[in-house]
This record gives sequence, C-alpha cells and structure tokens, in this order.
Amino acid sequence: MVAAADSDGALAGKGGAVTVRAPVPLFRKPSILPGFGLTLGFTLSYLGFIVLVPLAALIVRSSGLGWSGFWSAVTTPRVLAAFEVSFGLSFAAALTNAIFGFLVAWVLVRYDFPGKRLVDALVDLPFALPTAVAGIALSALYAPNGWLGKPLNELFGMKVAFTPLGIAIALTFIGLPFVVRTVQPILQDLPAEEEEAAASLGASRFQTFCSVILPAILPALVTGFALSFARGVGEYGSVIFIAGNMPGLTEILPLLIVIKLEQYDYAGAAAVGTAMLGVSFVMLLILNLLQQWMRSRHAR
Amino acid sequence: MPADTSITAPASIPVPPGRSALTEPTWVRALLIGGALLFLALFLLLPLVAVFAEALRRGFGAYWLALTEPDAVAAIELTLIVAAISVPANLLFGVAASWCVAKFDFRGKNLLITLIDLPFSVSPVISGLIYVLLFGMNGLFGSYLRDMGVQIIFAVPGLVLATIFVTFPFVARELIPLMQEQGSDEEEAALVLGASGWQTFWRVTIPNIKWGLLYGVLLCNARAMGEFGAVSVVSGHIRGETNTMPLHVEILYNEYNFVAAFAVASLLAMLALVTLVVKTALEWRFGDELAASRH
Repeated sequence: MVAAADSDGALAGKGGAVTVRAPVPLFRKPSILPGFGLTLGFTLSYLGFIVLVPLAALIVRSSGLGWSGFWSAVTTPRVLAAFEVSFGLSFAAALTNAIFGFLVAWVLVRYDFPGKRLVDALVDLPFALPTAVAGIALSALYAPNGWLGKPLNELFGMKVAFTPLGIAIALTFIGLPFVVRTVQPILQDLPAEEEEAAASLGASRFQTFCSVILPAILPALVTGFALSFARGVGEYGSVIFIAGNMPGLTEILPLLIVIKLEQYDYAGAAAVGTAMLGVSFVMLLILNLLQQWMRSRHAR
Repeated sequence: MPADTSITAPASIPVPPGRSALTEPTWVRALLIGGALLFLALFLLLPLVAVFAEALRRGFGAYWLALTEPDAVAAIELTLIVAAISVPANLLFGVAASWCVAKFDFRGKNLLITLIDLPFSVSPVISGLIYVLLFGMNGLFGSYLRDMGVQIIFAVPGLVLATIFVTFPFVARELIPLMQEQGSDEEEAALVLGASGWQTFWRVTIPNIKWGLLYGVLLCNARAMGEFGAVSVVSGHIRGETNTMPLHVEILYNEYNFVAAFAVASLLAMLALVTLVVKTALEWRFGDELAASRH
C-alpha cells in the first residue's frame, strides 16, 4: 500500500512538472521533488490511526449517552466542583505566571547579571522534568514537615500541601515556561527607536513602559497566559501528589476521569473528558478573539 | 554590576554611558533581577534540589539499593523499551510530515499542521482515556481483541500507543518551520544534477536538518521517558510488568517509601538535566540551524 502510494507520488510529481501550464492546481502546486504521495499518505494514516480515530472514539462514546445522559453525567455536584477547582486554579496559576513570567522574561532580555545563561536554561526545567517527579518534589517541599511547608505553617499558619493553594503552586511550576518563552522573543525584537522616541518626547521610564512597551507585549502575554492556562487544566502528574484529592475541594478534573475509569464508568469518563475538551476549546477561542482584537488595536 | 550596557540595541545606536533614558535606575534593576531570581529559585530550583536531597537522605547505600531492586530495574527497562519504540516511530512520522508539509504546496496544509499539534492541547489523562475507550475491556474493539487473545490496555502496546500520542508533535513541529525556511532549492539542484530522490534526501536534506532533528528527538525522548498521566491510565500498574519509571515513583511514594521513590525520581531528574544541557548546547552552538531558537 505504501509502495503504491510512493509510485503514485512519483508519477504525480512527474506529471506535475510537465503540466506547468495549468495556472491553478486543483490539489497541489507542481514540484519536481519526489515523495509527495508517500509522505502525505504515511502522515495521514499515522495521524488518523494515532490521533483522529482515538479522539473520535471519545466523542462517539460520550454521544452514546444521549444529550440528557451526557448533561446529567457532567452536572453532578462532584463533577461541577472539579470543573471549578481545575479551571479556577489554572486561571489563578496562569495569572501568577503572566506576572512572574513577564518579570523573568524582562530581566533575561533587558539586564545583565552573572549566570544569566544558566538561569535562561533553567526556565525550561518544567518542560523537561517529568511531571510525577515535580509532583512528589513539590509535595515533599510543601508538606507540613517540609522545607517550605514547615516555616510557612509555623510563621503564618499557612497550609499549602493538600489544599487548593498547593494545586495552584504545582500549576504555576508547570506553566511558567509558556509565558517566558512566548514573551521573551517579542521583547527581544522590540525596536529601541520607539522607546527612544517616547523618552525624547519627555515620557518618564514608567510612562514609556505603560504606554509603549506593555501594549506591544500584551498579545504575547495573553498567548503565554492561554498556553499556561490550557496546560494547567489538563495537568495531572504534578498535581495529584500535592492536592490531597478530596472530592469537591481539591479534586481536579483529570483525576475524576481516572476515578471514573477505575470504576469502569467508561461513558461517564468519556463525558467528563469531552466536556473538559469542549470548555477548554471555548476558552481558548475567546482568548484568541481577545488577542486578535488587541492586535488590531495595536496595529502597526 | 556593569554600567548600563544591557540594552540589546543595534550596534549603530550607541547606548550612552551613565544613566540612559532607555533603562531603569540601578535600584529598580537590582530589585527586578532579585525578584525574578528569588521566584525562580523558589519555584524551579528548590524542587530539583529536593529530589536529590530526599533521595540521598539515608545515604548512598539505601539509594543504590532502591535503584537495583528488581521492580525498579524492571521499571527502568520498560521505560527504555517504550521510548525505544515510540521515539523512532515519531521520528519517522516527523520527517515524513515535514517533508510533505515543507516541500509541497497543497490544499488543507494549515489544517494538517493544526492537527499535528493537536495532541499537545489534549490532557495527558484524556490521551490515555481514548485508547482505553478503543481497546479496553468495555471498549469499542474490546471484545474483538479478547477473542483474538490480544491485550493492548494494561500491557506494553497500550503504553507505547499512549506515549506515541503525547510525544506525537515534537519532531514534526521542530522540523516543519526549519524545512520551510530552508526551502527546496538545494534539493531541486540535486535532482536536476541527476541524483535520485533517496540520494537527495540522505545527502542534501538530512545534513541540512540534522541538528533540528536531534533537537526534536531529544525533547521527544525526554517526554516519552517521563510521561505519567497518559501511561498511568493505560498501564494497570502491575509491578514489575507494566510500571514505567514515573509510575513506579508513584507507587513507591504512595507506599510511603520516600527514599526509594525519590531515588527513582532522581534518575528521571538527571535525564531532565541532561536533556536541558544538550538542548542548551545545541541552541548555543547550532542556533541558526534550529527552528526553535529562531523566533
């Protein structure tokens, strides 16, 4: 089958090279490079087998419940509470990341200090560190007898591990690089002339920051926020160790899916999974629209 | 602290020495740098240090014992096996996908790129769930597979499938922009000079993309070995059989066997550190031959 696709591709390639006079190609522009049929065929079958068919199974399975069954499966108090925990805390963590991620990106782009390249490399740690490792490390740090948990508890009476705050901290850890890595290149490419112009027109440094730098960075910041937020909603490994996992209080959506699966409630798990994907999708859509609106306002 | 030479202004615009209109007062800068470093130390560095400190809490003997215990060894082997299957599979896919996306113009290309990125926006737990829904006992093909005597879920094939799903885009998303930027002039020249398609691919394309390829494989491998959520759903947690390293860490941790849990975790942390070092080295040395470091 693959071999057939290959020879098809080679033929299509040669045919394409000959029929240059066709002004608008129906499917693809002609090229003398071979392998179009082979690579596209392989790409599509692999994509279909690994990604599309399994994802379709999710939709099929939850649609088997019917609309009313689906609705009642995703509106039980426990599921609604998990929605609130997952989306609310991901939002809080993404907001924290937007602030501190911007600070880190700013410091890395604008200032020089010893060990800067090391710090720059360290920012990617949450991408590289397996989530389960991050999870048990954070949980050990913030446990009531941990390095940070103990002083926080004794000095401020704050409990972090096994509370929503612990979840927010884990989600902050996971999402930080998204903001830094989206803002950093934009900040780097910001033309110095605009700031010079602002300064020569008498703006203070703070004014320049607020009305020249910030508007230019804002779309990237929103993208970083959205990526961090989306990652937080789906995150599992780093959260479950520190969360305490009390239904209704510190139970996140992905964990609820796992619990439903362990009870062989496949349809319920599929319904929660579909709803989760749906809500994330709508939120990302809103953020995208917001971003387009900001871009058009800051059009240059 | 050097004077205000920090602005990345083009060389043609000299930044005047002393206080410049383009930077902040020294105390503001010190405050911001201090704040950023404190945040990173608390949120990123400390967890990393904690892994090694907890692993070595009872000394090297206990550490070594935890790593050489049969279940741990089985988990390490399984992790290597799963990565050894899923990374090459995604490498092959990444090269094929970027060849057809970057070298040809066809309808629906943007949709294809979006679909390739799709697994990144799916929760790891859902990535496992979809395979359980397909191949699990009560799944769509569950009874058929049972009759055939094939087990996918709670067995190695399920682990491999889930890992392939979560690491799906890594190689392709590094190679596509890189090959798009490089264009096809060199390949066309080789073909015109009489090289065959495969010769062109191996002698022209591969040398051009080799560092980007390595970069994508590196990130793909780190995620494949460290994946937790997706494999946790399909694994069934059978000790010594379907437990990868991250899952073994979870079991040990939940048994309050903290030293052993952190010992296995420290191996994964070392993998992360090696990944970061190689990644950074690639970005410094071959930055202009990578798509990821050119924004």
